[in-house]
Amino acid sequence: MIREYRTIEEVAGPLMLVKQVEGVKYDELGEIELPDGEVRRCRVLEVNGRNVLVQLFESAAGINLANSKVRFTGHGVELPVSPNMLGRVFNGMGEPIDGGVRLIPEKSLDINGTPINPAARYYPSEFIQTGISTIDGLNTLVRGQKLPIFSGSGLPHANLAAQIARQAKVKNKDDKFAVVFAAVGITFEEADFFISDFKKTGAIDRTVLFINLASDAAIERISTPRMALTAAEYLAFECNMHVLVIITDITNYAEALREVSAARKEVPGRRGYPGYLYTDLATMYERAGRKMGSDGSITMIPILTMPEDDKTHPIPDLTGYITEGQIILSREMYRKGYLPPVDVLPSLSRLKDKGIGEGKTREDHASTMNQLFSAYARGKEAKELMVVLGEAALSPIDRLYAKFADEFEAKYINQGFYENRSIEQTLDLGWKLLSILPKSELKRIKPEMIEKYWPKDE
Amino acid sequence: MVEGKILKVSGPLVVAEGMREANMFDVVRVGEKRLIGEIIEMHGDRASIQVYEETAGIGRGDKVVSTGAPLSVELGPGLLTNIYDGIQRPLETMRIKVGANLTRGIDEPALDRTKVWHFKPALKFGDKVNSGDIYGTVQENSVIEHKIMVPPKTHGTIVDLREGDFRVTDRIGKIKFDDGTIADITLMQKWPVRVSRPYKEKLPPVDPMITGQRVIDALFPIAKGGTACVPGPFGSGKTVVQHQLAKWSDVDLVVYIGCGERGNEMTDVLREFPELIDPKTGKSLMERTVLIANTSDMPVAAREASIYTGITIAEYFRDMGYSVAVIADSTSRWAEALREMSGRLEEMPGEEGYPAYLTSRLAQFYERAGKVVCLGSDGREGALSAIGAVSPQGGDISEPVTQATLRIVKVFWGLDASLAYRRHFPAINWLNSYSLYRDRLSGWFSEKVSKNFMDYTGRCLKTLQLESDLQEIVKLVGMDALSAEDRLTLDVAQSIREDFLQQNAFVDIDSYTPLAKQHAMLELIFTYEDQARRAIAAGADIEEICNLPVHESIGRAKSVPNESYQTEFAAILKDIRAQVDRLIEAAEKD
Repeated sequence: MIREYRTIEEVAGPLMLVKQVEGVKYDELGEIELPDGEVRRCRVLEVNGRNVLVQLFESAAGINLANSKVRFTGHGVELPVSPNMLGRVFNGMGEPIDGGVRLIPEKSLDINGTPINPAARYYPSEFIQTGISTIDGLNTLVRGQKLPIFSGSGLPHANLAAQIARQAKVKNKDDKFAVVFAAVGITFEEADFFISDFKKTGAIDRTVLFINLASDAAIERISTPRMALTAAEYLAFECNMHVLVIITDITNYAEALREVSAARKEVPGRRGYPGYLYTDLATMYERAGRKMGSDGSITMIPILTMPEDDKTHPIPDLTGYITEGQIILSREMYRKGYLPPVDVLPSLSRLKDKGIGEGKTREDHASTMNQLFSAYARGKEAKELMVVLGEAALSPIDRLYAKFADEFEAKYINQGFYENRSIEQTLDLGWKLLSILPKSELKRIKPEMIEKYWPKDE
Repeated sequence: MVEGKILKVSGPLVVAEGMREANMFDVVRVGEKRLIGEIIEMHGDRASIQVYEETAGIGRGDKVVSTGAPLSVELGPGLLTNIYDGIQRPLETMRIKVGANLTRGIDEPALDRTKVWHFKPALKFGDKVNSGDIYGTVQENSVIEHKIMVPPKTHGTIVDLREGDFRVTDRIGKIKFDDGTIADITLMQKWPVRVSRPYKEKLPPVDPMITGQRVIDALFPIAKGGTACVPGPFGSGKTVVQHQLAKWSDVDLVVYIGCGERGNEMTDVLREFPELIDPKTGKSLMERTVLIANTSDMPVAAREASIYTGITIAEYFRDMGYSVAVIADSTSRWAEALREMSGRLEEMPGEEGYPAYLTSRLAQFYERAGKVVCLGSDGREGALSAIGAVSPQGGDISEPVTQATLRIVKVFWGLDASLAYRRHFPAINWLNSYSLYRDRLSGWFSEKVSKNFMDYTGRCLKTLQLESDLQEIVKLVGMDALSAEDRLTLDVAQSIREDFLQQNAFVDIDSYTPLAKQHAMLELIFTYEDQARRAIAAGADIEEICNLPVHESIGRAKSVPNESYQTEFAAILKDIRAQVDRLIEAAEKD
């Protein structure tokens, strides 16, 4: 029997204290019925004797201490799932908002999921071709990886994410593929950009969207990404699909978390974010991967905007410690007009080494990648020196490196959002650029490789 | 059996009443699901309990039962090649039992109860034994002989001990204590994780732990029984350094603790190590490895325990007389777990919200490392080296965890993001890293490798320091302002950085470099320097010296196979001399 309580004692910010309850469990989902019959949802944050502290998922406006009723459902927050979710649009709490038919769920899943046993994971090693040179060639994405995009306000991260969603494929394979998209506190325009891009390419039919816009309750954002990941887990591990999850924008999520933490008067960590931000983010990011007993996979691309473009801000910093690399966008590249404006040197894919090479991409991939990185780094240093001392102060070899860096930016990085390059095209372009340098400079590449792949004069 | 009822649930912290009879740090089972927890505070009859599993669904009035024993690990045959969670539950067995995701309240013994081991006694009826004496041995796998020891604080007389095939819980014999009581001897013992295992005496560490990593062995070596930390921002290659150490260190055993890090990294170790061959034994690396995995999405309280679980297992093997390395990735996540529990306990925070006892807890952990004379009458020596990764926020090493760690450890391998961007790996910054063992180990290196090994490595450090000073000048006035001597210093420093310090963990030949080859590589570089200085003195042009073709051969020295480098290096040495001679001849003609 579900009991109803009229014992709301306090409402402050996103928190509410209910007294004299019986048998309520930690993390249980509750429902608040307002005097006008409207039902809002909440979650138990703390059980203390007969008092429970709950966190609201919607605004507190209209809650009346005397006349509102609270009941607890006996289970945690759940998402009803079914294969028919594909092509549908849900709000941040997992309710359909596209006006379509009611979803007949196959089952309901707790949105917190359970950790994957590390002994039951498969190591991700299947190369995903995104058609973007800076990713495929230098920061290779593999199936089951979590690779965030670190962006800044005003940078075209949405275009890059859409390009990945549009072009991503696994070579020589035709697997069941789906996109789960979670909009967390972004503007209508940005969400609309994604939706119309998905519609244009027809991807919308294999996409599940969870939309929490900037105008929706901030507190709802705490569950939106988890809703999306629960849907993704269902599609990947129970329907054996390969799921690409795009979550934008993690910064808004972290801010909602900070709001609750501040309301609870917890001791803050850096910049007012709660000390458990790392653990909390990890319980989302770690849901990506591949596991035994299922053919599916979850590849995750969270997007976050770095406040003041500061990589050491807690949100990008803690994200970087959990995710398997990061693609960083650069304002400087964007100003130069180079698209996608990837900042190559600090970008990284930790899983690339097992996803590239013979049989996966091409035998020369690993060594040319390292050579391109170090040549570009040296070229950039030479260019900096040139700014201070003038071109004459550079040694002839450094002048070549500077030229290499310019060409690399103009051709390799700058490919635009609509060019889809195969991995071979990307690797050949790399060789063409490396041939600006004398062969003896290519210390990171084996002589046999240089012999085989050095561009022949046409 | 103390039984209480829950009053309060706040995340991993549960408060129960009716617990007056329970002991501090007792393990308790919480709720119907029998979640595992540990008492961390007592107030009257109220106990604060940190729960090692997710507490969703727990509420007021649920039962809490004390087991009457502190959090302990099972020690015995079957530890090796296994992967455990933070409180020593076997993850592989759990996967087989409950599937790919972790479910709560699973009771699974750490050591396989069904597996049979062959025990060979080393003692016989009537022998008097003391703590640490060896009853006998079990050949656990092709690499490790597992010594079955008399547990600490035990002495008496053996009244029965037999050879045979036993399970870990079977009786292998009997011991009569001095007070006349008789007890069974089994292959297994238990030890509380928060108490360090006793030894006879601590010794200063004097042997290096050879890692095959050039920047570590040559410039910043660690001793067997020493302590080291690897702080670095994300993406600077902490985990690769840790993996390399776990793979190639010349220790008998490695306990690798994945503490609050990525699941895939543990999977990587789990899948990769069985395929790798230990250069010392010729067997699979997994055979000498124990893994503790409490990944970042697993419950935070168990993360706090994982460090202790790992080091207790390591101490147990140290007590057998082995040299063991504990590698913890990352102690920052452990400190965060401490901070989270401390916050929930509403303790007064210290710096950045970390509890005031952070430093002392860290010190206690690292102090469990060391070279010791083990208990037991044979006077065997064991060593336990502890290496911890630190993940400072924003790469800023002034934060409390890094600073507290630096006050304790003797070796500091500081990783540098700017090196990582240039793909200089391992990205250990040669200017701010240090090893306080260099002096102590120099005798060993001079004797076992070469007399001039320490000279060479000293020259490396000096040249690199000079380089950084000269770079300042170059930035201001350009390369042309430098003398030929200084230009050569820069040239040599570049060679040290690129041809010696850079080491690719993903290339088979380069991943591990034996000490003798490290010495030979340094010999190439410094022979070149000596010869080049001779050329400058004879008036040769610095531009021509820097363009000598021998640079390329030195650059490729790292990819010469470890078995056959001597002949090739001899040829390069000859080339260096010949090419410089030619330059000098030309210079003298002018």
